[in-house]
Amino acid sequence: MRSIYSILNDFKYKFLKLGFPWVSASAPAGVDSIIKESSLGAGYDTEWARRPAARLARAVIVETLMRPVMSFLAMPTRKGLDRLINLEGPAIFAANHQSHADTPLLITSIPEPWRHELVIGAAADYFFNTKATSAISALAIGAVPIDRTKVSRQSGDMISELIEDGWSLLIYPEGGRSPDGWGQPFRGGAAYLAIRCDVPVIPIHISGTGKILRKGRNLPRRSKSTVTFGYPMKPETDESARSFSTRIENEVRSLADETASSWWDARQRSYRNSSPSLTGPEIGAWRRSWSLSDNDGKTRKRRRRWPVL
Amino acid sequence: MNNENKETSRPSPRPGFVLDVDRNTPPIVFHHGENFRLEKLPVGRSRVVYPSEPLEGLSDPEGAIKDALLNPLGDSEPLPSLLKPGMKLTIAFDDISLPLPPMRKPDIRQRIIEAVLDMAAEAGVDDVHLIAALALHRRMTEDELRHAVGDRVYDSFAPKGLLYNLDAEDPEGMIVLGETPHGEDVHFCRRAAESDLLIYVNINLVSMDGGHKSTATGLAGYTGLRHHHNVHTLRNSKSIMDKDNSALHASNWRMGDVIKDAGVKIFQIETTVNNNTFGREGPLALLQKREWEWTARDRGQFIAMQRGLDLLPVKTKRRIFGGWQSPYEMTSVQAGEVEAVHKRTIENVYAQQLVTVEGQTDILTMGLPYICPYNVNSIMNPILVMCLGLGYFFNLYKGKPLVREGGVLIMSHPTPWEFHPVHHPSYIDFFEQVLIETTDPIEIEKKYEKQFAEDEWYIHLYRNSYAYHGVHPFYMWYWGSHAMQHLGRIIIVGGDQKAVRRLGFQSASTLQDALEIATDVVGPQPTITHLKNPPIVMADVI
Repeated sequence: MRSIYSILNDFKYKFLKLGFPWVSASAPAGVDSIIKESSLGAGYDTEWARRPAARLARAVIVETLMRPVMSFLAMPTRKGLDRLINLEGPAIFAANHQSHADTPLLITSIPEPWRHELVIGAAADYFFNTKATSAISALAIGAVPIDRTKVSRQSGDMISELIEDGWSLLIYPEGGRSPDGWGQPFRGGAAYLAIRCDVPVIPIHISGTGKILRKGRNLPRRSKSTVTFGYPMKPETDESARSFSTRIENEVRSLADETASSWWDARQRSYRNSSPSLTGPEIGAWRRSWSLSDNDGKTRKRRRRWPVL
Repeated sequence: MNNENKETSRPSPRPGFVLDVDRNTPPIVFHHGENFRLEKLPVGRSRVVYPSEPLEGLSDPEGAIKDALLNPLGDSEPLPSLLKPGMKLTIAFDDISLPLPPMRKPDIRQRIIEAVLDMAAEAGVDDVHLIAALALHRRMTEDELRHAVGDRVYDSFAPKGLLYNLDAEDPEGMIVLGETPHGEDVHFCRRAAESDLLIYVNINLVSMDGGHKSTATGLAGYTGLRHHHNVHTLRNSKSIMDKDNSALHASNWRMGDVIKDAGVKIFQIETTVNNNTFGREGPLALLQKREWEWTARDRGQFIAMQRGLDLLPVKTKRRIFGGWQSPYEMTSVQAGEVEAVHKRTIENVYAQQLVTVEGQTDILTMGLPYICPYNVNSIMNPILVMCLGLGYFFNLYKGKPLVREGGVLIMSHPTPWEFHPVHHPSYIDFFEQVLIETTDPIEIEKKYEKQFAEDEWYIHLYRNSYAYHGVHPFYMWYWGSHAMQHLGRIIIVGGDQKAVRRLGFQSASTLQDALEIATDVVGPQPTITHLKNPPIVMADVI
C-alpha cells in the first residue's frame, strides 16, 4: 500500500512539472535576486497562535478532538499528578519522546492551569519547514520552533521571553523521537532554560506510545500508554545546566522504572544508582531491539492448539 | 522547623467565640444526620459556641515533613541516622477512622509515608512492612488503603503482602510485651515489636489522638484494650480529650513505658489539620460560615439543599454525604520521641479548636452530623449516634463539662433503626439482645462483654470480613458512660422513637418540645449552650 507521503510527493512533482506561471519562475543567471529572510524554520513567528482567538480554537481542538482520539488510541493511565499539587506559576515539562502520539497525549494529560498556557518546543526543521505545517503546528499544539541543527540563541531567547510572560513549556530533551524504541541521551536545553528563567522542571515519563505511532509508521495502532509525572525539580545553587540535565534524565529513568516495576523498587534502585537505562545497552542494532522486547515484560498470548476438554 | 503557613490574600482566620443569643440572632444551623435543621434558640439565656475559622495550611507540606524528619523533637536522632541497611522497619498508620470526613487526596499519610520510604530507600533498607493500625476496628478495603497511602505505596507493597491491616486476633501475630505496675497486659503487634524501628504516622484530628495511645491502642487487641476501654477508666477520663485528666491516656502512657522498656524503638510522626472541613468554597462551604454572614447565594443554596435532601431517599443521601472529602490542610507536622512530639501536637490542635467558655450550662444542645469514626462508608446506627454525642461531642471539653452535673443534653439526629450488616454485625445483637435487658454500662460490662469479645463468629468476621470486633459496640457504650453518669436526662430530637427509647433516652419531635421536656429536670428558664460542631470546636470551660 502506498503511503500518504508518497502520494503527496507524486502530486507535488506533477504540479511542479506544470512550470511557470503555475509555479514561480527562477531568477535568470546574472541577476541579483532579492534575498528574503526566511519566515520558516526557526524564524517562523508563532505570536499569532497565542492570541485569544487562536487559543480558543486550540482549546476546542484539544478538548473535542484530541482528547477523545487519545483516549481511544492511547487508553492512557496518568500517574503522579498529585506531585504537582504545590506547583505554581510557569514550569518546564520535560519528557522522553517515542512517537508523534506523545504530544497530544501530554497536552491532554498536563493538568490545568498549565494545559492551556503551554507552548511546545518542536523541531524547526521538521514542523516548521512549510507554511502549512508551521501554521497547523502552531495552532493545534501551540508549537514554537526550536533549532536543533545548529547552536543558536534565537530559540532560547524566544522561549525565555514566553516563560517570563507566564507560558509553560513542554520539551523533549532527547531532541527527537526514538529511532529504535530506546531513549536517547538528554540534551541540556530544558535544564538551561530552567536555570535561565528560574522555573521548575517537571520530569515526565511516557511509555507505550512507541507502539501507537513509532518513528517510520504513518498509521496509528491502538495501545495502552502510561504517563508518569515526577516531583518538580529546581536547579541547585550554582548548578550547571549539564549537571541539572543529568539529574532530570536520572529522574525520568527512575519514573520509567516506577512504571515498569513499583515506586518503592524504583526508589531503591534510584538511590543505588542502578535504575535501568533509558538508552539501552551499547550493542548491535538487532540485539538492542531484542533487549527492548525483553524490557516490555509481556509475552504474546499463545494460541491454544487443542480444545480444553 | 519549616512550619511557615501559606501566604494568601484571605483575611486572617478569626478565632472561635461564644455568641449570646439576642433578638437579632438568626436561627442556628444544627447538623441532623444527612440533613440540617434551623433552630431558634431562646433569647437572653442561650449562647452558641462557634468554632474558629480554618487556620492557614503549611505552604510547603513536603518541605515541612522533610524538615520534621531531619530535625526531630525530644531525644530522637534524625530519621536518616536511624535507618540502616539490613534493618527491620515497620511503618504503622492511622486507619479509616481518621480524619473525618476522609480528606481529599493526597492524604497526609501518603505524603509522610512516601517521605519516610524515600529516606529508607536511600539508606538501603529492604525489609519494610506497612500496617494499618486498626486495633479492633474493621479492616480497610483496598480502595480505602489506596486512598490513605496512595497508589504508589500500595502498588509497591500490597501485592507482596507487605502492606496489610492489623489482625489483633492472630495468635501468631500478637504478643504480650509485659505488664504495667497496675497489672495491665501490654498486648502488641509482633512484627512491630520485633522491628528495629517502628514509625507511627498519625493524623491528630482531635486532642484525644496520638501520643502513646497510637501504638498502645492502635497495635493492640482485646487482651490489652480491655484494661483501658472499660467503664471505670472512661468514667474517670474527664475528659478523654484532655490528656492530663484522662485515665484512658494515663493507662496508655503506662503501656507506652512498658513498650519502651521492652526495647521497641518508636519514631512518632504526628500531624494536625485545620478546620477546613467543608471547604472555603463549594456546596458545603456555608456550613463553616456564621449564619448572619451568609450571602443571598448561601441562603438560596441552603434552602435548595435542605428541600432537596428532604426529597431524596436515605440511601442516596448517604451516598452523597459519604462521597464528601474534606479539603483539610496540614497545619503542623512534628516527629521524633513520642511525648515531646505529642506535647507540640496538642498545642497545635488546641490552637485551632479550643474556645474559652465561661461557666457551665443547664442544657447543652448539639446537632450530630452524618459521620463518626466508625461509620465511614457505612451506616450511622443508633449505638454510634449515642457514641458520637455522648462519647465524642460531650467530651470536647477541658476543665469541666459544658453542661452542669444533672443537666440535660439535647442531640439532634434521625437515629435510624438501621445497621450495616457487614460492618456492624455484633452491634445488631448488642442492640437487640443487650440493650433490651439493660442500658447500665456496668451491668453490660459485667454480664455480656466477655461473651461478645470471645465469640468465634464475630472473631471470624473481624479477621476475614470487614466487621468491627464483637466487643466494639461495648466500647461505644462505655465511651458514653461518663456523660450518662453526669447528665440528668438525654433527649434526641427528630430520632426514630423506638430506637431512641431502646438507647434509654427520651425522644422529642422538635427542639422546642425537647426544651420543654428538659424543664422537668433543670427547672424553668434554664440556660442553654449550643456546641456548633463540626467544624470541630473544643470548649475550655473556666
